[in-house]
Amino acid sequence: MDALLSGAGLLLDWQVIAALLTGSIGGVIIGAVPGVGAAVAIAILLPATFALPPLVGLILLLGIYGSSMYGGALPAVLLNTPGTAVNALTTYDGYPMTQRGEAKRAVALAYSASFVGGIISVAALIALSPLLAAVAPLFGSREIFLAALLGIILVVLAHRGQTFAAGMLAAFGILLHTVGLEPVNYTRRFTFDQSWLTSGFDLIVVVLGLFALSQAFLLLSQPDEHPKAATLSGSVFSGLRELWLYKRVAAVSSGFGVVMGMVPGVGEFTAQFMSYTYAQKTSKKPELFGKGSPEGLIASEAANNAVPAAAMIPLLALGIPGEALTAMMLSVFYVHNVIPGPQLFQNQMDFVMALYLALLLLNVMVLIFLLFSTGALIRVIRVPTRLVGIMILLLSFVGVYSLRNSMTDCAVASGFGVLGVILKRLNLPLVPIILGMVLGGIMEVKLRSSMPRVKTPFDMIERPIAMILFALILLVIALHIRTLIREYRNPPSDPDTDIHPTQGGQQ
Amino acid sequence: MTRYKGLQELFRRYRRPGDIVFAWAFLILSVFLVTQLDGQAPWNPKARVFSQPAFWPTVAVWAMALFAMLHLLTSLLSRRLAGRWTEVWAWVRSIEYAGWFMAYVFLVPQLGYLPVTMTFAVLLGLRAGYRSVKSLGALIVLSVVIVVIFKGVLQVKIPGAAVYEHLPTALRSFFLTYL
Repeated sequence: MDALLSGAGLLLDWQVIAALLTGSIGGVIIGAVPGVGAAVAIAILLPATFALPPLVGLILLLGIYGSSMYGGALPAVLLNTPGTAVNALTTYDGYPMTQRGEAKRAVALAYSASFVGGIISVAALIALSPLLAAVAPLFGSREIFLAALLGIILVVLAHRGQTFAAGMLAAFGILLHTVGLEPVNYTRRFTFDQSWLTSGFDLIVVVLGLFALSQAFLLLSQPDEHPKAATLSGSVFSGLRELWLYKRVAAVSSGFGVVMGMVPGVGEFTAQFMSYTYAQKTSKKPELFGKGSPEGLIASEAANNAVPAAAMIPLLALGIPGEALTAMMLSVFYVHNVIPGPQLFQNQMDFVMALYLALLLLNVMVLIFLLFSTGALIRVIRVPTRLVGIMILLLSFVGVYSLRNSMTDCAVASGFGVLGVILKRLNLPLVPIILGMVLGGIMEVKLRSSMPRVKTPFDMIERPIAMILFALILLVIALHIRTLIREYRNPPSDPDTDIHPTQGGQQ
Repeated sequence: MTRYKGLQELFRRYRRPGDIVFAWAFLILSVFLVTQLDGQAPWNPKARVFSQPAFWPTVAVWAMALFAMLHLLTSLLSRRLAGRWTEVWAWVRSIEYAGWFMAYVFLVPQLGYLPVTMTFAVLLGLRAGYRSVKSLGALIVLSVVIVVIFKGVLQVKIPGAAVYEHLPTALRSFFLTYL
């Protein structure tokens, strides 16, 4: 309770309040513009936050992360184009509702479900915090190594149908981390006698190239599009009342979001998949799913919005990012010499609580903002795509160049930008590269530091948590093999090769 | 856009034209890196396996090669998709904008953040096909807003331009600090 009150006290600083407002409202707007998304915005803003105090910088980025999905639901429902990748499932039932003339109802339900998902996840995390604080110190080097290894395996296996590609890109990410001067023995690794490679690849430069610059190049090199959205009149308050009729679906979907958000490498898509399947199986009208079912819409939005708060758990408690956005946030911690992990949970619980409370406030602020500004937001989603591309290109410069004023960084980011274009157009995932870089670094350090206590391979898993993590790794691989066997016996009847909103552009 | 065949399909990722070109390129890069392992990440026989610097580069490069080979195999065994070289041309076209970006990066320290940003916004707007005064005006306003917010307000590290040194003393420090 003391930590909660102390955390609330940290939020009373004017800079924190300004960051919360800017992040949450900015995040909604960014999420609403198809083609931008939280990853692009966070990548661009990352270097600018280094000059801010850690709590202020993190809350700004967290605000964007937590609120972009609210905004992303708007074009998903009105245009059949998800504002952010994780709103793709929302188009499945949201757009058919718009076609039936129920756009206002769909938007209201999407906002309300997002709100419930966000609130339930933060409440669950605040309640779980004492338990996490007790468990986190039990994670030593071996456990963190195994958790990072589990994260890498999950991020590869989660890319269904493209496991090999995800594997090679994750390995490429691990290689990128190793390039340069190795910090313990000062050995040069893959520098090819090039001085610019000695300091290695900076995570932020790679992130900016892969996420932001690639999106600018992609939008500018593709035909210009002028999205045309239906207008929306009247209040969207009704959604909160209607959501009460579907409270079971909203609560269970939020639960899936919380659990999946905590597992590194899994995230929103798996949470949505599970909640949507649950909602369909338990619905009285399963035939409506995919044709404008309110339950389907709620399952999608409640699950995806419950993830951001939960994704902070492995990041804060173990220092392990579960996906690309939390990997970017990890660099904010490191810049300020605040090392996330068991120590943070033990010694700076007020800091952790301040982040959770900020997420709670963020959801309330975003809902209030959306209830009154949806009409204005519809104008934002009509911005032509090439104009958005120019904007991202100009902003990316700030992100890359302000890091070290280095032309080399900009050239490297441009190279990764072109690679990002290729991967996005080929429908290949970017996230494994980033997680490979971050988790590869964690695995290298933790494996090395755990070696003095490991005489035989069994010593690696002698402790209970290490044993559980190892069992989970085996279980995940076994389940994947079972799925492969099932798919081999019942192959998909007509696999299409067209672009899907889940995969187009944003990751 | 193809309508989803079912929920499973929504979450799957499928091949696109040009996949095989990328698969070959990635495999060639991986094999090249494998051949460079001895020189670029030498193995120290005296150190323990997991503690030596070459361990993770070796794991990464071999994993890249293994997965790249399997990815290529799936590409080779799948139905050929039309439009392979059109797709590769689309990748090449994106390099033009990387060139624009690098030119922008090169000119900012010479001519100044605000003037170069405004000029590039307009030129890129014209290149993107915008001709109306409204669109180009919006781009100029956007570039001013970006410069004022990031350099003027947030004070991000973007050096003052060489050309600002020739301004009268009264204006010089203002331009160097804020624009």
